[in-house]
Amino acid sequence: MIIAIISIYMLSVLAVGTLSHRLFRGTGEDYFVATRTIGPFVLLMSLFGTHMTSFTLLGASAQAYTVGVGVFGLLASSSALVVPVIFFFVGTRIWALGKRHGYLTPVQFFRDRWDSSGLGLALFVVLVGFVIPYLLIGVMGGGIAINQISQGAVPEWIGALVICLVVMTYVVYGGMRGTAWVNTFQTLVFMSLAALAFVWIAYKLGGVTEGIQRVAEARPDLLVREGHVPPLKMLSYVLIPVSAGMFPHLFIHWLTARKAETFRTSVIGYPLCVGVVWICSVLIGLYGAADFPGLQGPEANSILVRMIRLHSPELLAGLLAAGVVAAIMSSLDSQVLCLSTMFTQDIVRHYALGDQMSEKRQIFLARVFVAAILGLTFVIFLVSNRSIFNLGIWCFTGFASLFPIVLAALFWKRSTRSGVLASVAVTVLLWSYFFLQGWRDPSYTVADSGLMPVTVVFAASCLALWLVSLATRPPREEVLQRFF
Amino acid sequence: MRRGLYLLLPLLYLLHNDFWWWNDSFLFLGLPIGLSYHLLFCLAVSVVMWLMVRHAWPHDLQEDAMRAAAREPGRAHDEEPS
Repeated sequence: MIIAIISIYMLSVLAVGTLSHRLFRGTGEDYFVATRTIGPFVLLMSLFGTHMTSFTLLGASAQAYTVGVGVFGLLASSSALVVPVIFFFVGTRIWALGKRHGYLTPVQFFRDRWDSSGLGLALFVVLVGFVIPYLLIGVMGGGIAINQISQGAVPEWIGALVICLVVMTYVVYGGMRGTAWVNTFQTLVFMSLAALAFVWIAYKLGGVTEGIQRVAEARPDLLVREGHVPPLKMLSYVLIPVSAGMFPHLFIHWLTARKAETFRTSVIGYPLCVGVVWICSVLIGLYGAADFPGLQGPEANSILVRMIRLHSPELLAGLLAAGVVAAIMSSLDSQVLCLSTMFTQDIVRHYALGDQMSEKRQIFLARVFVAAILGLTFVIFLVSNRSIFNLGIWCFTGFASLFPIVLAALFWKRSTRSGVLASVAVTVLLWSYFFLQGWRDPSYTVADSGLMPVTVVFAASCLALWLVSLATRPPREEVLQRFF
Repeated sequence: MRRGLYLLLPLLYLLHNDFWWWNDSFLFLGLPIGLSYHLLFCLAVSVVMWLMVRHAWPHDLQEDAMRAAAREPGRAHDEEPS
């Protein structure tokens, strides 16, 4: 039953991707940014679906099971606050500059803004370096989730392979429009299935409050933050969702909007979408503390699956599997398309072929890169250790610490290429240091204070950008005139 | 109006850190307060963002971008039709 439902879901995804191809105009701009024609609802769904990963369903419930109610404030409502503000102040401005100058990637924008090919290359390396582990986590999460939900009937590698093949098919075929359409479909699927799973389980437990009463008897500590979330962690964690401002895959989605006003629905709707999806996942995880006490480490990650199996018919378990796959693929497709766009535009076109590269050739090359990136990710998945999951939070830390660069690009005329390079260098150095600390101890915070390392790296990145910019020659007026 | 709305954003950040209920678990709207508060917080953010969209929207961005794009037919990264 579960395998049948997943198969039907995959076919539906392919059908949506194929349908979008009917509108394909055959140009590079259409393949990479859907000719900047995406409307308000599809933009909201594709931004939300791209930002939310399998963690939203599986990780959130596991964290609620372990840490309690505090996880919602820590991870969900902080994103609900920060991300729409970024869309409002940063996304709209990036869209306008993209429309004005025809940008297709973040590197093109940063390279032009500071008139430096070397800076573009440095940012390319760092951005790609942070996206690849994120990509790998998606493929790995997909394989593991399908394996768990099917109770071992589908081996991890087959689940991961099917996900890679389906994503490859519709991204290669449909480009950005296919990705945005499929993202919309997948986001609607995982939002409704999260709600359905929650309503069903709450109904079986006798109601929402009755479920909470059971948790209060079994694990009262999970209903408060004390002892689980240090206050300093709460204060500093809000910097983690700042990473959304520097995600290259979200950046490229911003460029697809039809007009600046298209962002309005995303700005207003994003916090509501976060609230709806996360409250379902967090409550299921909490209820699980009463039904399955004592799960440790990776076992806790399966709490959502265990709860579905305990309280729901097999049909719902199959639908949940489809929901998890939807959440994974809706991020994976945008990341892969983004990387292939960056390789095509920022490396091959910028350094090798230039304007001699026809649009057909660009599209062909991008498609080859999509297949190559997914193939390589799958191979790394086969040989890598599962502990790579811990990389997730570190990718966010890296992107968040680079956020001052996009702020300076948009709002600070006096910022210079040397300042930006210093900011990138400081970020990479400090990130590496804290990463090594965190790898040894996953619960690591700065000096055991609860302060997230992102706070230190972000502050140092800002400081380096500011000091070095002021100490170096201001940018040329003709460059500034293109942006301000 | 615009500046007033901008000031709501740091206020929202302060309200996000609800340390005053850090160790309370009483139920509000059927959920522990640490959860229902943050769910309502998401709603409050949406309302503030709606106000910003309505009263502080950067209308000039759209017009400037369209005008500039029209002035630059050979945009830096656009390609000739194949």
